[in-house]
Order: sequence, then C-alpha cells, then structure tokens
Amino acid sequence: MLLFLGGIIMVMPIAYMISTSLKWPHEVYNVNLIPEEPTIENYTYVLEDGRFYGWFVNSLIIAVLTTISNLFFDSLVGYTLCKFKFPGRQIVFIAILSTLMIPTEMLVIPWYLMSQSFGWLDTYWGIMFPGLMTAFGVFLMKQFFESVPDDFIEAARIDGLNEFQIWWTVAMPLVRPALAALAIFVFLGNWTAFLWPLIVTNSVELYTLPVGLSGFGDEADVAWELIMTGAAISTIPTLIVFLIFQRFIIRGVVMAGLKG
Amino acid sequence: MFKNLTIRQKQIAWAWAFLAVPVIFYVVIRFYPTGNAFVISFQEWNLLGTRSWTGLDNYVKLWNDPVFWKVFINTFEYLLIGTPISLLISFIIAYHLDKVRTAHGFLRMLYFLPFMTSAVAMAWVWRWFYQPVPTGLFNNMLASVGIPQIAFLNSTTNALPAVLAPAVWAGLGFQVIIFMAGLRAIPTSYYEAARIDGVGWWTQLTQITIPLLRPTIVFIVVFSSIGFLRIFDHVFNMTTNNPGGPLNATKPLVLMIYETAFSSFDMGYAAAQTVVLFLILLVVSLIQLRLLRSD
Repeated sequence: MLLFLGGIIMVMPIAYMISTSLKWPHEVYNVNLIPEEPTIENYTYVLEDGRFYGWFVNSLIIAVLTTISNLFFDSLVGYTLCKFKFPGRQIVFIAILSTLMIPTEMLVIPWYLMSQSFGWLDTYWGIMFPGLMTAFGVFLMKQFFESVPDDFIEAARIDGLNEFQIWWTVAMPLVRPALAALAIFVFLGNWTAFLWPLIVTNSVELYTLPVGLSGFGDEADVAWELIMTGAAISTIPTLIVFLIFQRFIIRGVVMAGLKG
Repeated sequence: MFKNLTIRQKQIAWAWAFLAVPVIFYVVIRFYPTGNAFVISFQEWNLLGTRSWTGLDNYVKLWNDPVFWKVFINTFEYLLIGTPISLLISFIIAYHLDKVRTAHGFLRMLYFLPFMTSAVAMAWVWRWFYQPVPTGLFNNMLASVGIPQIAFLNSTTNALPAVLAPAVWAGLGFQVIIFMAGLRAIPTSYYEAARIDGVGWWTQLTQITIPLLRPTIVFIVVFSSIGFLRIFDHVFNMTTNNPGGPLNATKPLVLMIYETAFSSFDMGYAAAQTVVLFLILLVVSLIQLRLLRSD
C-alpha cells in the first residue's frame, strides 16, 4: 500500500505537467489535478507558433541519425574486437574503453573550437558529430557477440560469405535484444541532451527541444501553462515509447546496467 | 592481390578495414580533444585574440578564486546529499517491490516513469512547483492548509536541496531496476536455509541480502556519484534568470565551466576547470571502488 502511494507521488510531477498543459490560464493556479474544462488550446498555440514544431523535428532527426550511426559502428567495432584475432586488438579495445573515463565537459571546449574552424557551428552535423559512436556501446555489443558461437561464423565462411556479409546477415540478427537496448539508450540520451546542443547552436531554428524549451521558459511573458505544454511535448513521446516497449526497455536497463 | 593473402592475413585486413573509420573517430573526436583541453588549460585565450602560454597561471587563479571554492563545495554537497539519499530510497523501494506480487509491473512502471523524462522539461516543472503564491503548486498547497510560504529557489539555504530533489527523483527509477535485478540474482535457497534456522528478517537483510548485493551497490554508488558531480541541466534550467544563484548557492562546477567558457570566453581558465573536474571524477571513482571492494 505504501509502495502504491510512493509510486503515485513519483508520477505526480509528470501528471501535473500534463494536467496543466490542458488547463486554461485562469485555472493554472488551481491545485486540482483534473482540469475543470480541459482544452488543447495550449497545444495549438505552441505548435502554431512554429518553433516547437521545428525543435521537435530537429531533435527527432538528430536522435534518429545518431542512433543509426551508433548501432552500426558500435556493433561493427564490438564484433571485430570479439571475433577477429589480429595484432593490436587489445590495444584498440583498451584505448576505446579508456575514453569512458573522460567526461564530456572536458571535451566541449576543444569540440567548440574544432566546430568553429571547420564551420560546423550551428549545423546538424555539429550537434551530432561527438555522439556518432560511444565506447559504452562498443563494450555492450562486444559482450553480446561473445554469445554468438564461432561455429556459425565458420559455417558462413564455408558458404562463401565475405566478412561483412557474415557480420550483417549472420551475427547481427542474433544480438537483436542488445541492439534494441543500445538503440533506446542512444536515442534517449540524444533526445534529452542539453549541454552540447546548447553550446553548438546559435540560431533558434537549429535548437533541439531541450535547448528550445530552456529559452522558451525564460521569455518573461511566457505563461506557465505554455511552459508545461512545451515540457509535455518534449516528454510525452518518450513516455509513449516507454509504455509500448516497457518490458523490453526495463530488460535493456538491467542488461546495460549490469554489463556496464 | 587480395586473393594471394593467407586466410590469417585476410582476417587482419578485414579487421582493420572495419576499424578504420572508428579508429579515426576516436583519435580525432576523443583523444585529440582530451590532449587539447590540457594544452589550453596552460594558455590564456579569449577566443578572438592570440593564444599565449601562461604556465600554471590558470590553476593558481583557480586556487585563489573564492567562487571556485564555493562551487567546489556545492558540487560535493550535491554528491554527498544526493548519493546516500537516492541509494537508501531506491533500496527500500526495490526491497519491498521485490516481494510484491500483485500489480508488480504497474508499480514498477510508476517508479520508472520519471527516468524516461527529459531533465530540462522536469526542471521547469519543478521550478513551477517552487514558485511563490499564487503561481507555485507547493506554496499553494501550503497556503491552503495555513502554513506560511517557503522560499524554495530564492533562499541561499533552500535552493540547493530544491534543485537536487528533481535530480534524485529522476534517477530513482533506474536505481530501483538495477537493485531489483541484483535482488533477483540472490539464490532463494539462502533465504530458505535462514528461515529453517529461524533467523529474523533483519539478520537476513544484513547477513545475506546486503553482502550479496555488494557489486550492485558499488555500481550504483559510482554511477550516481558521477552523475551528481556532473550536475548541470537541472541547475541551469531552474535558475536561468540568475544561473547558479542566488549568490552562487546552487552553482556546480559544470555550470562554472560553461559560464567561464561561453559567457566570459576565458577559454584557458575554463579548460583548467575541466581538468579539475576530470581529476575529481577520477579520484572519486577510484576511492569508491577501493573502499567498497576491500573487506
């Protein structure tokens, strides 16, 4: 019973965010969770303004492209380090893992200078490039490729597949759960990323949702019901994805948590 | 020509072909910038003028900067309040949730949902909660039962815990899930044996559960400490009118780095701060791993 109460308290902030986004301005200060006259006026207002729609699209494009890049490269590297014997293998693995010790905050200044000299400031590429591959993903995928029997790979070789085909058509389908877990982490990480997109973007059109929302809330005349609507727009999509893939995501968290 | 290679040589060629792009990526986007951050920390540069070498000047300046020490203490307050509280709460939830059979999945979902939210969005939601009457939810609730208002974000003593609360809240779900996985991994035969011996739940908890959860606890402590030491999104968004305020009461190291680099454009000084952050993270994770692994 206490657990149930605790759970309700946990979701209260989310519930209030959604409920306030459905309230008329005069009702915002009412502590009732259920709006007296629910309205989607705030959503129409915020979306017609156009900026939120643009930020949503930016976030979506960036998160999707980064996820694809991570799935491809992290698993390619993880597979190579797991299934190929070659000189330098251990060094490459340790070098990649060692980057986990380096906090992003230490890299943002050099990345900014790099972006500035290559003209990447204020571009999609500029927002995306630091996150195209992650050492965590390489480690996770390497762990999972260990469970793919070498016999499968040998058999595919005898069948005349080249190494790329073996990886793509034989090994990859066998680690689908790991790929799904990795996809969720990378997507969520990029969807909610704030510090680097804040630094690298200057023009309002290129903001991602978190950066846009942050500035939007600061406009002195913006009302709380509109801020809650903006917050809901940046949160509800991930909540829907979660509700659909719940079991899957929780298993992914456990796998990633325990392997990482 | 490729056909003439031995099988082993072909393997090596394939391996490096697969690794070519990633190796370039890690060298250019990870290793070079790391070195670069160290180099810039020994320079003086405002992004427009010339770069000049200043040796340890940036570090000396940092040592003598009262704002830095305030920020340093704040950062450790986030860590030293946030980590134990979230560890304890998430353990209690996981311990009880593990025993619940009815509506287990639904309850787990309630606790996990906040983890799926965006820190920026939730910082604004909580910021709204903390506003004074008539805007803020918490103060409205207090007012309706006749309790005087609390200044959450405008007080130098209340602001830091007020900013920390949503960060703890958002991370609980993840820790609960990891704890539950750890609890599941403990063989039930241990508990059965204990029950046959007539051992009470407290002894079971302290003699079986907690010792066997050690690896899980190590993981969660390290993971959440690193998170609190790097806190930024929550603080920045809850104090945008006066970042890190009031009077630097909530400013963590990452926010100081951000302002030094991208508001004051003092690149060398900011880089020196990032090096300090890196060293703190390194030392804290090494100490914790050592402490929790011994005995």
